[in-house]
Amino acid sequence: MMASIQPRKVPYFLTGPGVIFFAALLGAPMVMTLLLSLHSYDFNTGIQPDWTLANYVEVLGDSYFQKIFGRTFGLALLVTVICVLIGVPEAYVLSRLSSRWRSVFLLVVLGPLLISVVVRTLGWALFFGGNGVLTMTAQALGFGDEPVSLMFTFTGMTIALVHVLVPFMVISVWASLQKIDPQSEDAGLSLGASKMTVLRRITLPQAMPGILSGSIIVFALTASAFATPAIIGGRRMKVVATAAYDEYLSTLNWPLGATIAILLLLANIGIIVSYNKLIERRFAKVFE
Amino acid sequence: MQNLGPAARIFHALFVIFILAPLIMVIAVSFTDKGYLSLPTDGLSLRWFRAILDNPDFIDAFWMSVWLAVISASVAVLISVPAALAIARHKFPGRDVISAFLLSPLMIPHLVLGVAFLQFYSTIGLGGSFYGLAAAHVILITPYALRLALASATGLSTDAENAALTLGASKFTVFRRITLPLILPGVAGGWLLSFITSFDELTMSVFVASPATQTLPVRMYHHITQTIDPLIASISTVLIVLTFLVMLILDRFYGLDKIFVGKG
Repeated sequence: MMASIQPRKVPYFLTGPGVIFFAALLGAPMVMTLLLSLHSYDFNTGIQPDWTLANYVEVLGDSYFQKIFGRTFGLALLVTVICVLIGVPEAYVLSRLSSRWRSVFLLVVLGPLLISVVVRTLGWALFFGGNGVLTMTAQALGFGDEPVSLMFTFTGMTIALVHVLVPFMVISVWASLQKIDPQSEDAGLSLGASKMTVLRRITLPQAMPGILSGSIIVFALTASAFATPAIIGGRRMKVVATAAYDEYLSTLNWPLGATIAILLLLANIGIIVSYNKLIERRFAKVFE
Repeated sequence: MQNLGPAARIFHALFVIFILAPLIMVIAVSFTDKGYLSLPTDGLSLRWFRAILDNPDFIDAFWMSVWLAVISASVAVLISVPAALAIARHKFPGRDVISAFLLSPLMIPHLVLGVAFLQFYSTIGLGGSFYGLAAAHVILITPYALRLALASATGLSTDAENAALTLGASKFTVFRRITLPLILPGVAGGWLLSFITSFDELTMSVFVASPATQTLPVRMYHHITQTIDPLIASISTVLIVLTFLVMLILDRFYGLDKIFVGKG
């Protein structure tokens, strides 16, 4: 069938459909968004034909946007740290379970990744709401009759995002624990090291690539998360993604929204690339 | 559990409770017999599941999501399989660039894709169309299909194919009878993972979908931002059960850990 095609060209014919599709439907929209962010906007006449960096100056200079970017960065950092603190031990526990229990609990821990994030966030909204379980518990324990609500709070967003993203940390650390040669741990034990020392000196360093790549995934996904901050944080606790959403669909200032989106993309790529460089350099040996 | 101390067991139990708590909460609330948000303390009721049937817009949105996911997962697989074969089995100039390009949506926040498609489609006059939404989903999920296809195509031996070619089979027959069956598990897993990713996608779709092409997550999101009621809990419970069934299939055939390593 492909006898008429030179063998040298075959790979280009095979990848061609995907590349053309992506160039037209990914390349073009991304370039257009970049160009849009370079136009100014007037509330009466709409998008102006000029070329300017004014939007970037506004987003980076305005204290309103600085606060939103700062909050998003702080949220991403906090969620990442908590995911490390609870995800790494959980991955270790999973690796120690007998194979039957392990497959059950892998399903429990990883399964939620397949369930819509709207559904998972709804569960926390039910906990956090003013007439939710939190209030009932507080009243039962005698903390007064005031409704306790974590809706529209930073704490609420943090808890829900940790829940949504911690499976990525577990799976990432789990994958690197799988690669550890159990003999290296046995060697440490037989040479008289305590279990704690083996964990600290042998297991943890070898799990480090997994912890780092898990951290980068969690950080990047938190920084750009939309659904959970939109439902739990609402208008009162805006993050970068919900701020861009409002610029596009409420304020209708598309150029400013595009600017926020481009900055989010640049920050995302910058963090991923620099992190990868760091990991490659520091852990080149572990990855081989 | 022979190697675990009591502290580790308690931690593990708390972790599992943390993971399951919101899901159990959703399921519990959906069985309430009250007309408002509450736990079913006086008895279980299916009234909120019957209420789903009285809300055809949610059912329409469900089918919209199913069709969208079927079409976009299928197109993503059609794009990915030949590309994966080329990338895994040929060395050619530009290979790494092409591979990175086709995987690049993994690095772009869904929000950014959403605003980019919103502007692009309204400029070229495809705003709010089903095909526009489907094309956007194809871009989003192709990396997942490609990665699983790549995993099964890499390291595939060419012996059987060469034998068939020598015996006079045409290239197409070789692909259909030998190559495709060999990579089929990866292709099917990629399709299923793409299907779920498309079905669950909210952030990008919220920008691209019009009222006529509202997917279920978008419909649910708009409902939740207005009001949280037992109806949305019962719809979520149905989704949890359906997802659980798909999950069992994926786990049975591929292992969930293999599918998720490096996702994100």
